[in-house]
Amino acid sequence: MNLHSGWRKFLNAFMLGLTAIFAFATVSVLFLILGYLIYHGGKNVNWSFFTELPKPVGEQGGGMANAIVGTAKLLSVALLIGAPAGIFSGVYLSEFGGKAPNFFVRYMADLLNGVPSIVIGIFAYAIVVLPAGHFSTLAGGFALGVMMIPIILRSTEQFLKAVPRTLREGAMALGASKWRTILTVVVPAAASGIITGIMLALARIAGETAPLLFTAFSNRYSSPGFNEPIASLPVMIYTYAIGPYQDWHEQAWTAGLVLLGLVFVLNVATRLVFARKTAAAR
Amino acid sequence: MLERVNATGLTPSFRPLRIYWERLRRGDEIAHVLTLIFASTVIGVTALLVYQLWIQSALSRQKFGWAFFATRVWDPVGGQFGALPFLYGTVVTSAIALLLAVPLGLGTAIFLSEFSAKRISDALAFLVDLLAAVPSVIYGLLGIFVLAPLLRVWVEPVLRSQFGFLPFFRGPAYGVGFLAAGLTLAIMVVPFIVSVSREVLISVPREQREAALALGATRWETISRAVVPFAKTGILGSVFLALARALGETMAVTMVIGNDPKISASLFAPGYSIAAVIANEFTEATGSLYLSALIELGLVLFLLTFVLNGLARLLVLATAQRGGLLE
Repeated sequence: MNLHSGWRKFLNAFMLGLTAIFAFATVSVLFLILGYLIYHGGKNVNWSFFTELPKPVGEQGGGMANAIVGTAKLLSVALLIGAPAGIFSGVYLSEFGGKAPNFFVRYMADLLNGVPSIVIGIFAYAIVVLPAGHFSTLAGGFALGVMMIPIILRSTEQFLKAVPRTLREGAMALGASKWRTILTVVVPAAASGIITGIMLALARIAGETAPLLFTAFSNRYSSPGFNEPIASLPVMIYTYAIGPYQDWHEQAWTAGLVLLGLVFVLNVATRLVFARKTAAAR
Repeated sequence: MLERVNATGLTPSFRPLRIYWERLRRGDEIAHVLTLIFASTVIGVTALLVYQLWIQSALSRQKFGWAFFATRVWDPVGGQFGALPFLYGTVVTSAIALLLAVPLGLGTAIFLSEFSAKRISDALAFLVDLLAAVPSVIYGLLGIFVLAPLLRVWVEPVLRSQFGFLPFFRGPAYGVGFLAAGLTLAIMVVPFIVSVSREVLISVPREQREAALALGATRWETISRAVVPFAKTGILGSVFLALARALGETMAVTMVIGNDPKISASLFAPGYSIAAVIANEFTEATGSLYLSALIELGLVLFLLTFVLNGLARLLVLATAQRGGLLE
């Protein structure tokens, strides 16, 4: 064994170095992405990008106000669909469900979570767009909302289960019924966790493009109400990036920077909430 | 019957009913039913999704049958639809992605779980999570404007001059094509491999490491002979998970694969994938057969990811349980 100890030590050091290089290569991709977006998109981040509509092709300037409002509206619709379904199902899994039904619900939620987003788009098209006969904000929001459900469900269940039994028993001992215990003791105790889950779900769907292509479609103008096609940041990035015009490309970079900023802010914020919560629990 | 009347003044058969009414009055049953309804919507939505994919693709399934998967022609005008070029593109790009992402991801996961201090490991793991959160359309944006030109001008000419004897590295360098899509996918799935593998590796019991170290093994020998073999099913699970992501990934691939329904041995050539053709042609699909063929492609994609995700979950679960049993 001693004969080879030099080689063994060398191999150990070599693999340590190699895996370290791999790790830093992986992480450096993040900084490359950020760097490119800031380099190409940073110079065009200005007030008019957020407040003006897209200009006709060939005219300089213009912004993506419609896409920003569109993304906000789509996310709101998605939230209205995904949050109640996710939270109530999570409460069911954690507080009411038996072993067999829980397994089934969880299984279906995981199945839904793994469905490629483009297939969710087809689903929303078949359920909402085909009967209505036209693309709409509702259809896009529905597609995104369906994607939110399994994420919120699993995080809600997880955080509710982490609430100590003693809290529940205390409330029950005071004579509260089960639903009062859940509503006034268990859910408030897990509230920051549940909100974290919702924010993570929002961050995940905010950048989704594929399910919007044939549900919300796109729109060069502002879209009033919820029954018409609507522009969104991800779809605008896609359209502008594959378009043939130089100023479209620049706008796509800027929109990419804004979208990534939104997604990262949501992610970092949830991380901070989470860190504070775990620190408090210690 | 009289002797069976008990303290509540009711025969036993009436008691559950009374308790039920009592609970209903206090609202517990209402809360139970309310949450149950929402939980059933989760099941309902998933079942409806499968049902819709099935019936909406009926036209294409009936007309083409299994030949759909063996036909190379995709001719919307002539009404001929074959999935082979898209299956080929999806498989080739995912294979390239895994070939690159598995070593990179596994190496990163090993570094994070075995070699680095906890503080560094946590910080890097957070950055990897952020990487996983980058929207795919942004990967596509970088793919078009950074990666594709880089491939066209530098990488592909070099590959052709050095490895041109292989059929994969011949033909004109377009930039966009199988190679660009595979590389983009590789970068996108690395975070999934890292975060799942890291957790699997961390769940390997300490005794497993200590025993190897006590026998005089170096840290690398401990990892390669005691830790990784113990975690291999879970690592395989992370690879399946990454494969499922790669197969279903739409936007980034659509933007860099070149969108040409051809089967070419050359990785430089433009191709097409299942998800990309749905994204590109769905809104312009004229005629119900065209639409139905695209939805059948969606069904295929769904089934592929369904199987892979199921396998991945089983594998990761198996490792976690194994670690738990020994502890």
